[in-house]
Amino acid sequence: MYKLLLCWRYLRTRYIALVCIVSVTLGVATMIVVNSVMAGFTNEMQARMNGMLGDLILESRSMDGVLDSAAHMAKIREVAGDAILGMSPTMHVPALMYIELNGQLITHQATLVGIDELTYSGVSEFGSYLQHSENREQLSFQLRNGGYDVYDHQVPDRDLVKPRKQMEHAGWPYRRHKAMLQKQRDLQQNPPPLQGGPKAVVDPFAAQAASNDQQQGRDFDPAIETHIGIVLGIGTCSYRDATGVDHFVALPGDDLRVSFPKASLPPEAISEFYTIVDLYESKMSEYDSNFMFVPLRELQKSRGMIDPETGVGKFTSIQIKLRPGANAEQVRDALRNHFPAQFYMVSTWRDKQGPLLAAVQMETAVLNVLLFMIIAVAGFGILAIFTMIVVEKTRDIGILKSLGASGQGVMGIFLGYGLALGIVGAGVGMALGLLFVKYINQIADLLGRLTGQPVFDPSVYYFYKIPTIVDPQTVMWISAGAVTIAVLASVLPARRAARLHPVRALRYE
Amino acid sequence: MSSLQTDIPQTAPWVSPHIAPGTRPEGTLLATRDLFKSYRKGPLGIPVLQGIDMTVREGEFLAIVGQSGCGKSTLLHLLGTLDQPDAGEVHFDGHRIDNLPGASRDLLRNRHFGMIFQFYHLLPELTTLENVLIPALIAESTFTYWLRRRHHRRRAMQLLELMGIADRRKHKPSELSGGEMQRAAIARALLAQPRVLLADEPTGNLDRATGEQIMLMLRQLNREQKLTIVMVTHDPWIAEQADRVVRLVEGRIQKV
Repeated sequence: MYKLLLCWRYLRTRYIALVCIVSVTLGVATMIVVNSVMAGFTNEMQARMNGMLGDLILESRSMDGVLDSAAHMAKIREVAGDAILGMSPTMHVPALMYIELNGQLITHQATLVGIDELTYSGVSEFGSYLQHSENREQLSFQLRNGGYDVYDHQVPDRDLVKPRKQMEHAGWPYRRHKAMLQKQRDLQQNPPPLQGGPKAVVDPFAAQAASNDQQQGRDFDPAIETHIGIVLGIGTCSYRDATGVDHFVALPGDDLRVSFPKASLPPEAISEFYTIVDLYESKMSEYDSNFMFVPLRELQKSRGMIDPETGVGKFTSIQIKLRPGANAEQVRDALRNHFPAQFYMVSTWRDKQGPLLAAVQMETAVLNVLLFMIIAVAGFGILAIFTMIVVEKTRDIGILKSLGASGQGVMGIFLGYGLALGIVGAGVGMALGLLFVKYINQIADLLGRLTGQPVFDPSVYYFYKIPTIVDPQTVMWISAGAVTIAVLASVLPARRAARLHPVRALRYE
Repeated sequence: MSSLQTDIPQTAPWVSPHIAPGTRPEGTLLATRDLFKSYRKGPLGIPVLQGIDMTVREGEFLAIVGQSGCGKSTLLHLLGTLDQPDAGEVHFDGHRIDNLPGASRDLLRNRHFGMIFQFYHLLPELTTLENVLIPALIAESTFTYWLRRRHHRRRAMQLLELMGIADRRKHKPSELSGGEMQRAAIARALLAQPRVLLADEPTGNLDRATGEQIMLMLRQLNREQKLTIVMVTHDPWIAEQADRVVRLVEGRIQKV
């Protein structure tokens, strides 16, 4: 009983000991925050990755693809029909894009993806990342007549995001306005010849086509026509400044040139004009700045991948969406048995992103080890302070022993004291950590406002908020570890106290 | 005052039941036989006690006097099992106690010996009442103490009233005067109803008048409750008030 009483009294009167557990508190709080944020990021990242890729991907080893997606999909359905919810053929090809801005060409390397607009949204979250509400329902590669999102639709709270003012006029109005300005500029540079002067040289084919109302051979008029539609990743045509405002170098309605190789030997680069019809934002910067999407059929045509006899095109991969609860690894293995490995690769989205996921996991583990070492260092602080307290309490220990307290009992006081300090330290740390996690975005905002430097730079991460997930089990483990360290640190001083000779302790000055 | 003696049951688990009482000379409670003790300082042993033979009778008030460093405190510590002799024996109630295992000696100190010191030795974190309760807190586990807490508190309050410091029960030792602290220490020593009170210079740190009050209290306890008291002092005037005086000179008893 005296152990409890003395532990309690020491806890309330020795503030120096409370100071020494501040490091335990901070260590526990930091570990909880780091783990929660890392878990949040991992979760967010996994959702985004799975959102862009199908659950399973069947790829041809050749970049020039294989013929007949319909036959392949029929075979896949035959092998694993029950587990499959949807499929969509795609084609990936490395490409260069050229955006013209104020007479300058901006060149960017990206992967051009041919997709089937009818089925692609069914196998991934692609549709929900688009900027036009009608495209989100059903993707169309036609330019819309305005109505593109000014506020990021993926963030429920409009106060959190900066409006994208440039998007207000995107679509046909922007395109027509731009075409008109271009015409005016052309007129200023090449004014029409004065009457009586030499006649301007006119393209006779275009003139003839215009008079007959024919399409072929007519001049392309950007005010009323578009090229083939393309959906750009938002990162390929915009940048975010430090204040979180997005600036666009190209908008829906702009034209751009894309160069990519033809599927022929020797390879031959071709370039096509496309008209931006929408932007997509998966908030994974890796995807957002590396992909652009065009209709699969058009890409097949441009690359010369359509069999002229049958009209069947080639594809490079088939994205497969599985039913919820289906075992992706099992289906993958079944498919691997049916598609020869020298021609096809079958992988789950986790296989594809394995190194990245493993890297994040390793990062978390290393951080945990380092932070736990900080708590261990705090343990030595406790050891030092406790040794001091034992020295200070030498006479009291002698008194207790002279009154019949056993060595074990005296040891119990100091072990109990260590336990109590550990519980207080870990408890306060846990509360602090959980509070910090709960208000982490407000804290980040406040710090950003105080220092003028955003803590969570939205130009690096395409999230507006820091995602967090608190895992109760992790929190319990961290707290238990901290308490254990505090108890372990008090073992040596407690043993020292237990071994004090009562007479020598009583005489201690 | 008779109410003070009705309480805590006097069991002595350290005493083997097979040893029949009465193996001691009539009326002797504490005895030493040829006691030697030296302190080690480097390779040399400094002899402190050199063959002490003495007895304390039940109900006796014995004073041990001698100059500083003559070994009187060491003798008291050996009697109270706080220390162990190099040679010789200590007997309590007819049983040898100097060679008992640690746990038994702890129990003996807790139940049968009360100790008071020159510097009072109260725990600074606890109130007066809690200090008085320490022997009971040590003796009981948390649960059994909780069951008997009222009983212990009542007895502690009675002792504080007896010592005249009941109104100081909630004060910390730092808020008490020297005399009050020594009274609290006596109350603590008496809580478990010990059979011997071992006092190490109980007035050594007090002024004359307060010292006299403490002595009055000890004499009263000795007379009215038949409490055996062994007191160490260097003050002849204080020693005079005991029934019997033993003088220690250079580790030997000079005159009984």
